Amino acid sequence: MRGSIASVCRALRAAMPPSWLPLRRAQLAWLSVALCLTLAGCKKSDPTGATPTGKLDNGTTITMWTRAATSAQSQLLVDAYNASHENKVQLTVIPTDNYAQKVATAAGGNALPDLFAADVIFAPNYTSKNLYLDITERIAALPFKDKLAPSHIQLGTYKGKRYAVPHTIDLSVIFWNKDLYTKAGLDPEKGPRTLAELGEQARKVQTLGGEINGTTEGGNCGGCGVFTLWPSVWAAGGEVMNAEGTVATLDSPAVKSVLSIWRQLYADGVAQPGSKDEQGPTWVGRFLSGKVGVAPMPSTTLALMDKAGLHVGVAPISGPDGGESTFVGGDVIGISSTSSKPDAAWNFLEWTLSETTQVQIMAKNKDLLLRTDLAENAFSSADPRMVTSLKVLAKGKTPYALNFNQTFNDPQGPWLATMRGALFGPDLEAALAQGNAKVTASLSPR
Amino acid sequence: MIGADVSVPAVIPSAPARAVRRDRRVLSGAAYVTPTALMVGVFFLVPLGLMLWMSVHDWPLLGPSTFNAPRNYTGIVDNALFIDAVWFTVEYTLIISVLLFAAAFGLALLVQQRRPGIAFFRTAFFLPGAVGFAAASLLFYGLLSRDLGPLNPILSSLGIIDKPVSWVSGSPGLALGSSVGLVLWRFTGVNMLILLTGLQAIPTDLYEAAKMDGAGRWQQFWSITLPLLRPTIALVLILITTGSLLAFDQFFILTNGGPDNSTTSIVMVIFREAFTRFDLGSAAAISVILLLALLVINMLQLRVMRRQSH
Repeated sequence: MRGSIASVCRALRAAMPPSWLPLRRAQLAWLSVALCLTLAGCKKSDPTGATPTGKLDNGTTITMWTRAATSAQSQLLVDAYNASHENKVQLTVIPTDNYAQKVATAAGGNALPDLFAADVIFAPNYTSKNLYLDITERIAALPFKDKLAPSHIQLGTYKGKRYAVPHTIDLSVIFWNKDLYTKAGLDPEKGPRTLAELGEQARKVQTLGGEINGTTEGGNCGGCGVFTLWPSVWAAGGEVMNAEGTVATLDSPAVKSVLSIWRQLYADGVAQPGSKDEQGPTWVGRFLSGKVGVAPMPSTTLALMDKAGLHVGVAPISGPDGGESTFVGGDVIGISSTSSKPDAAWNFLEWTLSETTQVQIMAKNKDLLLRTDLAENAFSSADPRMVTSLKVLAKGKTPYALNFNQTFNDPQGPWLATMRGALFGPDLEAALAQGNAKVTASLSPR
Repeated sequence: MIGADVSVPAVIPSAPARAVRRDRRVLSGAAYVTPTALMVGVFFLVPLGLMLWMSVHDWPLLGPSTFNAPRNYTGIVDNALFIDAVWFTVEYTLIISVLLFAAAFGLALLVQQRRPGIAFFRTAFFLPGAVGFAAASLLFYGLLSRDLGPLNPILSSLGIIDKPVSWVSGSPGLALGSSVGLVLWRFTGVNMLILLTGLQAIPTDLYEAAKMDGAGRWQQFWSITLPLLRPTIALVLILITTGSLLAFDQFFILTNGGPDNSTTSIVMVIFREAFTRFDLGSAAAISVILLLALLVINMLQLRVMRRQSH
């Protein structure tokens, strides 16, 4: 900035009439700042995002935002890109709980960064509000365009146009603590194959007493419930809402049977009592402390568990009587519609999806890959827990709803009250029936 | 002769000179006022106008807005969360107004007199006011955490509780109590300071005269302290009421509006409309209603205080 002001200053001195020469250096500096600001205000981005296959790597600085929950993967990619390219990506990590608000505020003030990642379930809302640049042609030009994670691509598509590519993948899976299983007399190599079995194994671990609990949940965290309870419903062949994401089906038998199992685990004191009030921030920490036997959690916590020295097994989330499913979460990323550097930004995105980046950086870090053609590689095959995650990926779902955040993730949204009513209220069926109507009302487009 | 005593300027300025001097005075006056006027205009009047304008429009994040009056206002009535939030905010305001004023006034009276070591207590009482409110809320979140905070083990070791308590989200009463505790800790000292300046502005002669007339401590307090402190009390009450009606940080950070929306304040609803539902028009409409309510409440407070002082 200082350099640019100085150069504008010199240009002004050369261009100005002789009568202005007595103007002081400071006055000129202010004048040039005003000029710079005016020019910046006049600058317009290319709304079409032209140059579909632009491969600009000429020292451009690209700004990027990501949420804290998946920032480890973003940072890994950004560091590797910056080390090998002329372009530099400046990554800003924003607290997960405030990310949607930050994006909304920036969008309202035309202050979005060049690139911003977003929780995949928020993508329909952002694409429908034109926050992302249309990159249909750029994606179409990729030789591996049909191999990109399908659920992420689907949610990044709006009215036939593509606005985002996959950035990270996070699945919900069941972790069990092998050491606690051994102490409780359970087979440490056999995790639960049904939700009912999860309950039985949790009950056995609970008998260890002291500070040990059988299982845990995020009882006051709508997003935690969505991520870990819904896959059991899908595994049982049920649905939580229609495909368009406009009508809820929370009063279905599948939802009732899943929630009644968890309700009983809380009633029996097998689920950690404090987790009833867990709002999300310390949800995973309970298992990481080694005091919980078995629980559904994000697959990305596997690396943290290894770091904490826990011996854990990984199993797919199952329905009450069997079946397997998962919530395919994670982030998509796109170029903001107000970016003035779409070519340089795409250069980064294209690089993140390349085979070398996916295998040598992401797979090596035990991250799930964004391309189906690279799912099985030397790194993932070496860890059986990764293989489990990859197998269940194909059976997973990412629900689509325009009003997802305000309905399911927002603490004031209707889902959290419904879930808490079903788990802890006086009447499970009444809570689901009343909640279903409220959730449907919230899902309906305004 | 009286007229002979009146001093007359040696030289009477001519009419044009007087006009020039008047113009200069006007100009310098305008120069003094301009920065403040600009600040008020840019940071208050323009946003206020924009808010009113937004409140009668469907205002998307990007793209053009469309006029939709009075839908944003009529929609407020159907917003069940807003209605609940109004009741909760009023309840919270009443509780905080009474407790915070009583605590601040009590402390101000305690540290009013100059005694050895009184500076330590004044500083200690004021110190929480130097902590940012968001930081204080996070501090309490950690302190009150059921499983990670130190409060439960301390109370348990003292035999006060027999099992861990979820202070911030165990029940609506506990969540409200935790928030009230945080606000009292953070703001009592600040309000104590304002009341202390009011107390110290009362001339000591009045108390001495009252003592000579045989007035006791209670009579002095009732007949001197309270009447002369009335303007300061009015200021503190207006600040407390306004701050409570605009409460946000403590609920957003500490309780997240829960459990089961029991601690959702009006400003949290505005925040939700704007940044979760992206309905900026609706958020602006609720803001207008809240602004009007604040104006009416503040006017009533001032009127009551003035009437009592007469």
